[in-house]
Amino acid sequence: MVAPDLGPQNLAIEVKDLVKTYPGSIAAVRGVSFSIPRGSVYGLLGPNGAGKTTTFGMITTRVIPTSGTVLINGINVVAKPAQAKSFLGVVPQSNTLDRSPSVRENLTFHGRYFGMTSKEARTKADQLLVQFRLQERAAAPVGALSGGMAQRLMVARAVMHSPTILVLDEPTTGLDPQSRLALWEILRELNAAGQTILLSTHYMDEADELCEKIAIMDHGQVLALDTPAALKRSYAKQARISLDLQGADPGLAEMLAEALPGTTIGFVGSQLTISTDDPTDLLPMLVKELVAMDIGYRNLSVRQGSLESVFLALTGRDLRE
Amino acid sequence: MSLATATRSHYTQTIWSLVVRDIRVLVSRWVMFLVRVISQPILIVFVLAYVFPKIGQGIGGNAAAEAKFSTLLVAGVVGISIITQGIQAVALPLVQEFSFTREIEDRVLAPVPIWGVATAKIISGALQALIAALVVFIVSIFIPATTVHLSVNWPLVLTIIPIAAVLSGALGLAIGTIVPPTQVAFIFAIILLPMTFLGAVYYPWTSLGTIPWLKWAVLINPLIYINEGLRAALTTGIPHMNLYGVYGGLIGFFLLLVFIGIRGFKNRVIS
Repeated sequence: MVAPDLGPQNLAIEVKDLVKTYPGSIAAVRGVSFSIPRGSVYGLLGPNGAGKTTTFGMITTRVIPTSGTVLINGINVVAKPAQAKSFLGVVPQSNTLDRSPSVRENLTFHGRYFGMTSKEARTKADQLLVQFRLQERAAAPVGALSGGMAQRLMVARAVMHSPTILVLDEPTTGLDPQSRLALWEILRELNAAGQTILLSTHYMDEADELCEKIAIMDHGQVLALDTPAALKRSYAKQARISLDLQGADPGLAEMLAEALPGTTIGFVGSQLTISTDDPTDLLPMLVKELVAMDIGYRNLSVRQGSLESVFLALTGRDLRE
Repeated sequence: MSLATATRSHYTQTIWSLVVRDIRVLVSRWVMFLVRVISQPILIVFVLAYVFPKIGQGIGGNAAAEAKFSTLLVAGVVGISIITQGIQAVALPLVQEFSFTREIEDRVLAPVPIWGVATAKIISGALQALIAALVVFIVSIFIPATTVHLSVNWPLVLTIIPIAAVLSGALGLAIGTIVPPTQVAFIFAIILLPMTFLGAVYYPWTSLGTIPWLKWAVLINPLIYINEGLRAALTTGIPHMNLYGVYGGLIGFFLLLVFIGIRGFKNRVIS
């Protein structure tokens, strides 16, 4: 295969003003732009129907944009789809493993499609089977794999031809927690070895855990794009303290509000919640007040600004709605 | 090596790898492949050319006519087995790969243009059709109760069978991209059965002169050209369509079906 001319630019992928309107329906993607430097992990976070899969479809040449451009290694995916595909490793949302050949052959055939020799493909396949802990199943039909194993094989297949960028569409949806953690570990290892990764997810913790930068998407648009920490700083400033005050007087909320300025206090049932910019100083003061008033408390918790509250602040609704 | 040459050879390698994948799957299931290839031709030849003469119901009435029938049937069953491969080896797997399993997606993401992935399907269908033709040819000579008199015209055999094979692959691609997964039964009822019953399998096309409307109507059936061409290639003394008609029909239908098939394939995998 001809070595790709990567040019001076250091971007693995550049998405500009991407729009997709399906005939006779509303716009699925309405002007999405972002670019990903080599070696980073980016995430698209949004609910179902936000336009993540359509955006991935355009990046992976499967959906033709209504307008806008996608460049992979500087190659326009619409003008040169075959060349663009040689730079992409794709893990689609559903299991698309080849049912007829074995686990190992799923890897070797994929490598052959991408121009590897038989020997190169066999060597790389064996190496990946070990790395992804699938070596014991090498000769099995893919139908015999568990959900987590099938997903690992899909990732192994996607990185088989050493793509410039690995694209994963909701890779952990439907996986049990253990398989999910195993896949996170694999993605971290790949990234540590220099792999550029773009993934989509509707799990906040997944985006927070894995991604250097997150684009929050809703209704076909990117509402914000930044590091998880910066997003939380900008959109979820407040921390929330909550505690259970069994049998406390409803008037307590007002008394506490006077004692603790700069906070918003809610008291529903026995559940007291206090929102504040800085929980560090507030906590000792709160505990001191409660002790002084001789009120017992249980289940005290402090939650720093989360991506959930970022999403809520940006869209006005909960991600799980 | 120029970039264009490099790209071409790289496409060729990828397309060939896609074909090898299909052949590998075929080899791993060779028993099933043989059974599906020979079941229909064996039954046709066995019932019409062995059982019928034995029970005194032979087609044609006398021994000479029965031998002539067995002979003309060879071309017919080889033709059927070629065209059936297009449907069994390309159309049915495609319907499934497009819908329930989405298995086609990994191949669609191979670094070739979409027409390359579609072309690989046509080639692997054609290779399977060639193997089927060979197997059925041998079977159809040995089963009949009467002797089969073949006289092989090699230039015709070596051109008509390969063209028929790629035509079959293209037909499979076209059908596989058009038929939705919920309508697979439709392939048998509306396409395969009329094609084989009205495909000049059991009689030469020229003998339809007494039913002129049918003689012209069946020309929309590509199997007619395959069977008439095979009859010209394998037998003497049995009338057949003129060779310009045979080659014109084969090549014309091949180009039409390639066009429909590749366009249909693009529509199914790109939105």
